[in-house]
Amino acid sequence: MFKLLKYALYDILKSRFAIIYTVFLALVAISIYQVSDDLSKVSLSLMNIMILFIPLIAAVFATTHFYNNLEFIELMLAQPVKRIHVFLSQLLAVVIMLSLSILLGFGLPMLLWGADSSLLTLLAVGVVLSSVFAGFAFLASVLTRDKAKAIGVSLALWIYFSLVYDGLVLYVIYSFADYPLEKTTLALVMLNPVDLGRILMLMQLDISALMGYTGAFFQQFFSSGSGILISTGMLLIWMLIPNFLATRVFRKRDF
Amino acid sequence: MISVKHLSKKFGKLQVLKEFNLEFELGNSYALMGPNGSGKTTLIKTILGMVIPDSGDIIVGSQSIKGDVNYRKQIGYMPQIGHYPANMKIGQLFSMMKDMRPEIKEYDLELVEAFGLEQMKEKSMGTLSGGTRQKVSAALAFLFNPEILILDEPTAGLDPIAVEVLKAKIKKEREEGKLILITSHILSDLEELTNRAIYIYEGEVFFSDTIEELKEITGESKFSPAIAKLMQWTLKKKSSKTQLSHV
Repeated sequence: MFKLLKYALYDILKSRFAIIYTVFLALVAISIYQVSDDLSKVSLSLMNIMILFIPLIAAVFATTHFYNNLEFIELMLAQPVKRIHVFLSQLLAVVIMLSLSILLGFGLPMLLWGADSSLLTLLAVGVVLSSVFAGFAFLASVLTRDKAKAIGVSLALWIYFSLVYDGLVLYVIYSFADYPLEKTTLALVMLNPVDLGRILMLMQLDISALMGYTGAFFQQFFSSGSGILISTGMLLIWMLIPNFLATRVFRKRDF
Repeated sequence: MISVKHLSKKFGKLQVLKEFNLEFELGNSYALMGPNGSGKTTLIKTILGMVIPDSGDIIVGSQSIKGDVNYRKQIGYMPQIGHYPANMKIGQLFSMMKDMRPEIKEYDLELVEAFGLEQMKEKSMGTLSGGTRQKVSAALAFLFNPEILILDEPTAGLDPIAVEVLKAKIKKEREEGKLILITSHILSDLEELTNRAIYIYEGEVFFSDTIEELKEITGESKFSPAIAKLMQWTLKKKSSKTQLSHV
């Protein structure tokens, strides 16, 4: 397992993509730090960029990576190594690379110009969203036999969780505006890892006071011990489900 | 050494292997034949664990392929088309494969030397020609001195000199009492390298016996016409399988 991971990581960290991605993230962070001195504004801007781009990049990169490494995977399957180890090493390598890029790209500017709890949450949410969408991408890859189809499925999932889902939530809120909806919206937020990450971050900022009664309810929930526990638990489940499903499908896949 | 027991495999609606039964023994060299799409490569990939069977089992040595993966240490596999990571160098590929079997310290470098791969170890796999890639596959299959050699179309794409080198190596290993399994469409190669013939047709064993027996049954004195006759029989279904198959 560690040997496989070593080769997979060596291959992936050497790739041009890892470097470009890190530099891109660092440039984004640096430019935002230059524009504003207010840390909460910095973290809000960074969050808006991160919540949109990090899942997208994770989904596209993980799918292409799987198909580019199909040869390596096939070669390894004929060797005396466990199937599940072959898969997990590839998956872990992708997650580690994406996480390292975020930690370095966003983390170094933070070390230079300071950070607060919201920026640290931002790093954690970035890592979590990368693993969630890498998991979705691997699931799409093992279910299809065609790179284009797999990228299509990954992108569809990204569009769903980043754009379509919010539209649905808004629709529900407007349709049932006469009823108390705090708990319903909370439940709906839990069902989308992107929204969950976003809300977790927003709750670290003062602007939640501007969100009215629902905002106050959220603030109360997400600052309580059980609220933090439940939301972290949900994020963990979101990380595990796609990765677990992908592993299961891979165990039965023919090459 | 390898026993295939009631193996069945479907790809979608296509039944590739049907209740497949075969025995491979050490010291023999088998020619695995059959038309395109008859299930030869599927059988080989199932033995290697790359394809998961729907039902049935394969026992290699004394281990089932469903259990521990260590049985693969005894197998040297040369794929029909070698897929290798494009940005890996030949030298890195060899050291990685050695790293996968850390307990094997003695390497059979005969083919590496004969094909001059040592001088090319700085070349990356993506830039290699099809033939050179085949040479790498062949050298890797023999590298760990395995008991079982599975060669899927070994001579396809190789230049005549390399073909002779590889054939000589296969003959040498055969004399050392290894189990060799070759699929090929080049009948002259098969006649030279094998002593037993297996003919697969539509996922079932149509013939499995020695080459002498094959010649006797078909009434031909040469290998190629005997196979041709076998193929005609499968098409006409004149002869029943049970009479022919000795399994």
